[in-house]
Amino acid sequence: MNRKDVLDLDDFSPEEIQLVFETADAMKEVLSRPIKKVPALRGKTVVILFYETSTRTRVSFELAAKNLSADVVNITAATSAVAKGESLVDTIRTLQALGADMIVIRHEQSGAPYLVAQHLSGSVLNAGDGWHAHPTQALLDMYTMREKLGRVADLSVVIVGDILHSRVARSNVWGLSKMGARVTLCGPPTLMPMLEKRGSISDLPEVRVEYDIDRALDGADVVMGLRIQKERQDGGLLPSLREYVQLYQLTQERIARAKPGALVMHPGPMNEGIEIAPDVARCSQSVIEDQVSNGVAIRMALLYLLAGYKGHQL
Amino acid sequence: MEKAIMSDVDIRRALVRIAHEIIECNEGVEDLVLVGLRTRGVPLAKRLAQILGELEHAQVPLGELDITLYRDDLDTHGLYPSVRRTEIPVNIAGKRVILVDDVLFTGRSVRAAMDAVIDFGRPRCIQLAVLVDRGHRELPIRPDFVGKNVPTSRDEEVKVRLVENDGSDEVIIARGTSEGCL
Amino acid sequence: MYELIVKNGRIIDPSQDMDVVGDLLIREGKIESIVPGGLNDARADCEARPSLDASGSIVCPGFIDLHTHLREPGYEEKETIATGTLAAAIGGFTTVCCMPNTNPAIDTLATIDHVRRAAEAMASIRVLPIAAITKKREGKELTEMGELARAGAIAFSDDGRPVPNSRIMRYALEYSRMHGRPIISHCEDIELAKDGVMNESVVAVKLGLKGIPAAAEDIIVAREIALLEAFGGRLHIAHVSSTGAVEMIRRAKEKGLALTAEATPHHLTLTEDWVAGQRGNWGLEFPYLGAMAPYNTDTKVNPPLRAAADARALIQGLVDGTIDAVATDHAPHTIVDKQCEYDQAEFGISGLETALASLMILVHRGEIDANLLVRKLTIGPARVMDLPFGTFKKGAPADVAIFNPDEEWTVEPGRFASKGKNTPLAGMRLRGKVVCTIVAGKVVYGERARGGMATRLETGQAVNVQ
Repeated sequence: MNRKDVLDLDDFSPEEIQLVFETADAMKEVLSRPIKKVPALRGKTVVILFYETSTRTRVSFELAAKNLSADVVNITAATSAVAKGESLVDTIRTLQALGADMIVIRHEQSGAPYLVAQHLSGSVLNAGDGWHAHPTQALLDMYTMREKLGRVADLSVVIVGDILHSRVARSNVWGLSKMGARVTLCGPPTLMPMLEKRGSISDLPEVRVEYDIDRALDGADVVMGLRIQKERQDGGLLPSLREYVQLYQLTQERIARAKPGALVMHPGPMNEGIEIAPDVARCSQSVIEDQVSNGVAIRMALLYLLAGYKGHQL
Repeated sequence: MEKAIMSDVDIRRALVRIAHEIIECNEGVEDLVLVGLRTRGVPLAKRLAQILGELEHAQVPLGELDITLYRDDLDTHGLYPSVRRTEIPVNIAGKRVILVDDVLFTGRSVRAAMDAVIDFGRPRCIQLAVLVDRGHRELPIRPDFVGKNVPTSRDEEVKVRLVENDGSDEVIIARGTSEGCL
Repeated sequence: MYELIVKNGRIIDPSQDMDVVGDLLIREGKIESIVPGGLNDARADCEARPSLDASGSIVCPGFIDLHTHLREPGYEEKETIATGTLAAAIGGFTTVCCMPNTNPAIDTLATIDHVRRAAEAMASIRVLPIAAITKKREGKELTEMGELARAGAIAFSDDGRPVPNSRIMRYALEYSRMHGRPIISHCEDIELAKDGVMNESVVAVKLGLKGIPAAAEDIIVAREIALLEAFGGRLHIAHVSSTGAVEMIRRAKEKGLALTAEATPHHLTLTEDWVAGQRGNWGLEFPYLGAMAPYNTDTKVNPPLRAAADARALIQGLVDGTIDAVATDHAPHTIVDKQCEYDQAEFGISGLETALASLMILVHRGEIDANLLVRKLTIGPARVMDLPFGTFKKGAPADVAIFNPDEEWTVEPGRFASKGKNTPLAGMRLRGKVVCTIVAGKVVYGERARGGMATRLETGQAVNVQ
């Protein structure tokens, strides 16, 4: 994979995504061994720089890096302190001077990883930036679909919930479209980004927008729920969470409209009882735990593939 | 400039001989596990397993090993090579593991393979079978079973072609082409 | 007594619908005459005055910028009157109207006096201060506009913010009937634009950035026009950026309302795609435009860079007269203000030194002609503010800009006279360059005339002008 950074899936080719999947297959086998560790990244320093709280993504990256024998440095910072004190660029320059080979960054502001990439000669892996992108999540979602359904192409994937604020939805739209799946976005209009006025050279791929969940789920191969944050009600975007539950919660009856054996997915953390009914989260169709374990394999694959980039030494 | 040093018949004879040596050395095939190194060690291991099975009327477990993640030269080439799956179908703890590869050169692949095997458990022993030993070892590694010893110079390249990968069986030696890989 | 001849230039003066090749004669800081075809040799001999050779260049009245942030007092780290006016001179401007969002705001006789005196001491060109509409620009109480106008406030604006309270805006417009100076409105519905950092569109969706919808601008433009129609006064709409605003202003002008409007070079030539790192819309003539990294904070400006259709509507507005003037909205910032996350970056583009060259894109693309461009930089803004500049009529102050329409140059912010290096045009090659700027008959930038010889004037050596 000839790239310095993984910032978004918009610049990935289907072949690159396929390579990530195949490499993840090998990593998955490593994870099945009694000793889940290979020396591939021995001597490399991976800095995990999180400006936003997270358990699963941070731990997933940390395990991925450690399984590849990299040295891992964890930095958790509050953005508020950053606004007052050390700027992101200063932090990156310092980490560069200290010998960071790769930086895994999560930041609450869209685009921050691009700023990091411009100031770091090493690789940058976006672990989620604002509403913009969460490429490793989309890759592990697609990898899970491929594992369970045998393919990604031609699948009908419905993403339900707060699309407007969701980096997971955006990255999945890019990834799934590139791999030939059909994407339907479903949610209340106030939580749906404005996608009507197209025609710019910087467009998103075409997707279907559906406000009615029953129509959206008809014949779906994959149903992906997104987290609804309680703040949305306070911000006036939702009249009430109660109404959202009535109109959009993923329930057994609604899932039944999808194809038999359709996958139920969720990037986590879940609000059970809000966007997803507890029995749906744990039903036989749910692959939510597979998503978590596949996440480590996908991140190992990306760390390995990025470590091989030599462009910055040319 | 290419020169054939082993024909398909030579390769088959060498493998049959190696199989006999393996049986003799290990007093049978009990507890044996054959592990082929990707890429061309895998079909060679398969052929050996078949010969051993015919000779001893027993099935010898067969594994495939990709050593990429264990290589010590990842940073010296360009992009990192593709990683493929490793499959070791049995628990190797206490077993006699025979690594199978096509060409033994510097010994670094075998070093990586031994590290990888040990991550799967603690075998009773590890032995090494190669079709060609071309010398120039950089590590203290010695093959247990050799199809053919071929004296070479460093800038020569020994290529093993197998039906499974290349359409025909032969071993050739080429002069002054690209640097031999690990 | 100072005299000067600008020889052999293509003289464009839209105030007289003039476009001729000839000589421009200046005496005692004023325009003496224009000689089409140039002085004949005999007369040139007896008129042996210092001269500048303007062959191949366009000679026009000095540019007037209705919208400049000089940042002084209070934000001297971003810009000072000295650096900002030198940048203006390099850009061909001979008059700038400076905005009052300083610290303290220009909202009292003391602050306006401070700016005027600082300008007298340090400015390379004419500086006309704009005072705030409301005290401290808080939108609550009107400033003493009548006295401020007498003390030299050329107009009034809370720029950077709208006047959120419609009742206060009504009073401001009513008050302008007395002092006659324009009320300049920064049209933005604060609630609708809240936390937004770029134009609201699919591009913002792609980038995951919060949008500022064009409706946020349109709503306040509609309100200002309604207030103007109901209560009279003199209204000027700053930095128009949306198709809707252009249409409303056009209709209001058709009704004969007393309003004028300006558009910036960046809204006329750039689009929201630049935020995504896509610069393709500049057309085939500029094949060296590749993609740049997205989230370049130098593209962050308020109002935001809008869609290509909006830029086309603005150009149409220039052509049909809906937009009276091009104004830079020169908004210099420090490196630290811009070298950060997109959400945290300050709004604004440093525009004085690239204005002419970037606008020349429109001329080179054939969308407007050079006469129209010069009009929108000279007599257009002069009429908005009712100024005696922007014309070559006999006796007018000899403010002159000389530019070569075809000279190519590379934008190197590190070499800007402005402290603000924040431009999305960094590194780009532009076609069209100001070569000389003259204020009241004195060369303040470019080639200094000296007894028929011309020497290059170093920047920073500019002559002070009262």
